[in-house]
Amino acid sequence: MLQWLIMAVLTAAASIALLLPLYRNRAAGANAGAEAAIYRDQLRELDREVERGVIGPAEADAARTEIGRRLLRAADAAAPAREPASDQRRTLAAGLALVLVPVAAVGFYVAVGTPGAPDQPLAARLQVDNALGDIDAMVAMVEAHLASNPDDGEGWEVIAPVYSAAGRPNEAARAWANAIRILGSSAERETGLGSALTDINGGIVTEEARQAFERGLALDPTAIGPRFYLALGLGQEGRNEEAAAAWRALLADAPAEGAPWVPLAQAQLAMVDPTAPPPEIPAEQLQMIEGMVASLAEQLRQQPNNPEGWVMLIRSYNVLDRDAEALTALADAKAALAADPQQIANLDTLARELGLAVN
Amino acid sequence: MFAELGHYALVLAFVLAAVQAGVGYWGATRGDGRLMSIAPSAALMQLLFIGFAFAVLVRAYVTSDFSLLNVVENSHSAKPLVFKIAGTWGNHEGSMLLWVLILALFGASVAAFGANLPQKLKTLVLSVQGLIAAAFLLFVILTSNPFTRILPAPFEGNDLNPLLQDIGLAIHPPLLYLGYVGCSIAFAFAVAALIDGRIDAAWARWVRPWTLAAWLFLTAGIAMGSYWAYYELGWGGWWFWDPVENASFMPWLAATALLHSALVMEKRDALKIWTILLAILTFSLSLLGTFLVRSGVLTSVHAFASDPTRGVFILALLVFFIGGSLALFALRAPALAPGGIFAPISREGALVLNNMLLTAACATVLVGTLYPLALEALTGRLISVGPPFFNLTFGPLMIPLLLLVPFGPLLAWKRGDVYAAGQRLVFAFGAAILAALAAAALTGARGVLAILGIGLAAWLVAGALTEPAFRAKLFQAPLGDSLRRAYGFPRSVWGTMFAHLGLGVALFGIVASTAWQTETVAAMRPGGESIQVAGRTVVLDSILPRNGPNYSETVARFAVTDAGGRQIFLEPAKRVYAVRGTPTTESDIATIGFSQLYFSVGDILMDGTTTVRIYWKPLVTLIWIGPLFMILGGLLSLSDRRLRVGAPRRTRAAVVPAE
Repeated sequence: MLQWLIMAVLTAAASIALLLPLYRNRAAGANAGAEAAIYRDQLRELDREVERGVIGPAEADAARTEIGRRLLRAADAAAPAREPASDQRRTLAAGLALVLVPVAAVGFYVAVGTPGAPDQPLAARLQVDNALGDIDAMVAMVEAHLASNPDDGEGWEVIAPVYSAAGRPNEAARAWANAIRILGSSAERETGLGSALTDINGGIVTEEARQAFERGLALDPTAIGPRFYLALGLGQEGRNEEAAAAWRALLADAPAEGAPWVPLAQAQLAMVDPTAPPPEIPAEQLQMIEGMVASLAEQLRQQPNNPEGWVMLIRSYNVLDRDAEALTALADAKAALAADPQQIANLDTLARELGLAVN
Repeated sequence: MFAELGHYALVLAFVLAAVQAGVGYWGATRGDGRLMSIAPSAALMQLLFIGFAFAVLVRAYVTSDFSLLNVVENSHSAKPLVFKIAGTWGNHEGSMLLWVLILALFGASVAAFGANLPQKLKTLVLSVQGLIAAAFLLFVILTSNPFTRILPAPFEGNDLNPLLQDIGLAIHPPLLYLGYVGCSIAFAFAVAALIDGRIDAAWARWVRPWTLAAWLFLTAGIAMGSYWAYYELGWGGWWFWDPVENASFMPWLAATALLHSALVMEKRDALKIWTILLAILTFSLSLLGTFLVRSGVLTSVHAFASDPTRGVFILALLVFFIGGSLALFALRAPALAPGGIFAPISREGALVLNNMLLTAACATVLVGTLYPLALEALTGRLISVGPPFFNLTFGPLMIPLLLLVPFGPLLAWKRGDVYAAGQRLVFAFGAAILAALAAAALTGARGVLAILGIGLAAWLVAGALTEPAFRAKLFQAPLGDSLRRAYGFPRSVWGTMFAHLGLGVALFGIVASTAWQTETVAAMRPGGESIQVAGRTVVLDSILPRNGPNYSETVARFAVTDAGGRQIFLEPAKRVYAVRGTPTTESDIATIGFSQLYFSVGDILMDGTTTVRIYWKPLVTLIWIGPLFMILGGLLSLSDRRLRVGAPRRTRAAVVPAE
């Protein structure tokens, strides 16, 4: 709305600027004396030129005659034949200014413009979109901040993991490198840099990444991250024995309550050393799991109509290497869900998947 | 909302330009004073609206409003503020908006300061200006609209070509445009005179300040562009006879010719038809330059937009304005009264010779620029017309011109005396011989042509100084008397002196830097062996990384020690701009006296080894100091009282509209 209001003001200003001279009482002078003024000035100038020697005295006389002739001609032409100002023409021109100018301008604008589209300066957008929790806007805001404060190490450190999570390892690596440059090296930052560099290369631990991990390890010999990636790198290089030793050392330091990386490490160890024992589950943990399985089995005995529960139970027995009980559970499940052929089919698929003998 | 208001203001300016052209012409042909008085009003309002639109676009760039397609394509939020602003005209759409803004600025200047013009002439001039403005505004709105929106808006832009992120870019295009577009005023005056069927000495005086102003801006723009190419492109050259450079050089040659022929016309009422033709040709060459650069016919840093629609549109504009004005010329010129006659040996005669040589030189450049394009269009064969062609054709035309420059101002109007002029130039001739001998002694007589070139440069400088010295009767009359005489000179005398002097100064630089430049290419590593360049010892001190706001660079730091033990450091670099990932070479230059050491590095290897190219360019800065003298001369001439007379005081208040 405001846009149209201001457009109206602009248009009115244009129309008025055209109308004013039309209706000014005193018509502008034709400025007919202008030419004569120039020739009179040329005559005066001629005297100065003779004095400077730019023109000879005889030639100056001839030039004076020439200019004089021009001056006379200009005086003759000073009152050119002019038609009287016509009121009809003035009305026509006024109509043009009042009607045609607004109509043409607005019409043309509507055809080519985007009426009503608001301005979107970046700073304002970042504030609004951030309030809405838009991760892209948050990143853009931090980026804008870092562009003007490239030496804000904390800023780089905050944004680096966000880049990693967003699958932008190049930016993540640059952010970690900047954080290290400004805040100094630490195990965590070097690990971040190394893993970003590894991500850039599709999971291959490159020489540059290896150096980062080694710097991190030097700063904190117990840190898990650098050791994990270094072991991975050894395996990628085909140095299987060293890799296996590294994985074993790492697993030996694993916390008793387990950690997300343990199964990964065990899988890697199995790859580089086929003779390694299968992943071991600590006794306490085993006990806990068995308790959970037992309670699930009891639950299903009381309320058998629970397809998801049966699937979970069968899978659990399988993982615990108790195939006989898994088969029993499978049979019980089929019996309980016999009314639903779809569920029976699902159970058969599961059995094949787990390698259970279907009877 | 501002973006849309800017867009609307642009459309409104187009409508006003059309009214200015139409009603102005209508009123002028009818002799209706009231209708005619609309034209200046329209011209002033037009400037206001285009200025507003331009300010809106600058604001969009500064606030990184990525809802404008133009901003997305050419800006980035991390760009430094000054380049955000300069980026406004560092692209096709924005630069065309600047083009029409400057056109409107000149139109409004005629409206506001043309108080000394007869109303009919002024109205016709404004009407022609309005037509040009309307045509180009239509071009901007329909094919190159900077206010095109993109919704939803992206969060980041594509950044500006790194080569253009330079302070030179902030100044070079506006200056050049002021020159190009300034030529439109002389064109409008010429067409107005043809329509009116009347042309006289007064016309020449009215058109001269506008031509002079345009010439000033062109000179500054070309010199600036040449210096930018010199330090930014990293090859150490300052003029490449590149078609885009030629596109700006041709209007300059034509405008220089026009300045001189308008002088003859003003003083002697002669060369009238020729002057009109030159005025038309000068602007035509400006339009041709715009077409060559903007249509995508040429590929270079300047050609940011290759879009066939635009090319065709500009070509149509070109045909309309050049063809139309030449047709009008063919139709009306024979009806114009021929002017006075003069002897061949006279100031007028010398200026005619100047015009012949300048237009021949201009035609040479035109052929060299267009021939490869025409050949490619007709036969598909690609040829390149480079410096050898221009050196062989342009050079021989310039030498007689430069030889004759000192004679011109010494010849009297109507009937001159070559023998007397020659006598007065004995001193200048002696200076030339001395300079050539000194050059031969200093350089061990290497390069005969260069030594002659130095002589020619000295001849120009001394010759330029001769005229005021002679007119002031220096060394002939008592000193006080001479000074009193010199004080009484019109400023245009000093203008002529400085402009011609600048020519000589620039020639010194051109000859010396071309003939005695040395180029050293060496592979160096930090702490490695030193090399000798121009009597100085150069070592690669260190290689260091450095981060800029939107780029990172590897700097090679060189230590240069001269014979006296003074040490300076030069830091050429390889730079990578993050957003576009484009590497650029940043040269570093040390100015020593009027000469320069120019360092440019190639790729820097892991162990710090790099290939460095070092130029020693003797007196090279004179190439750009010369144009500074020319600009000073132009300014002095522009401030001459002669160009301000002819305004009867009493009508002044009535002519300037009440804005």
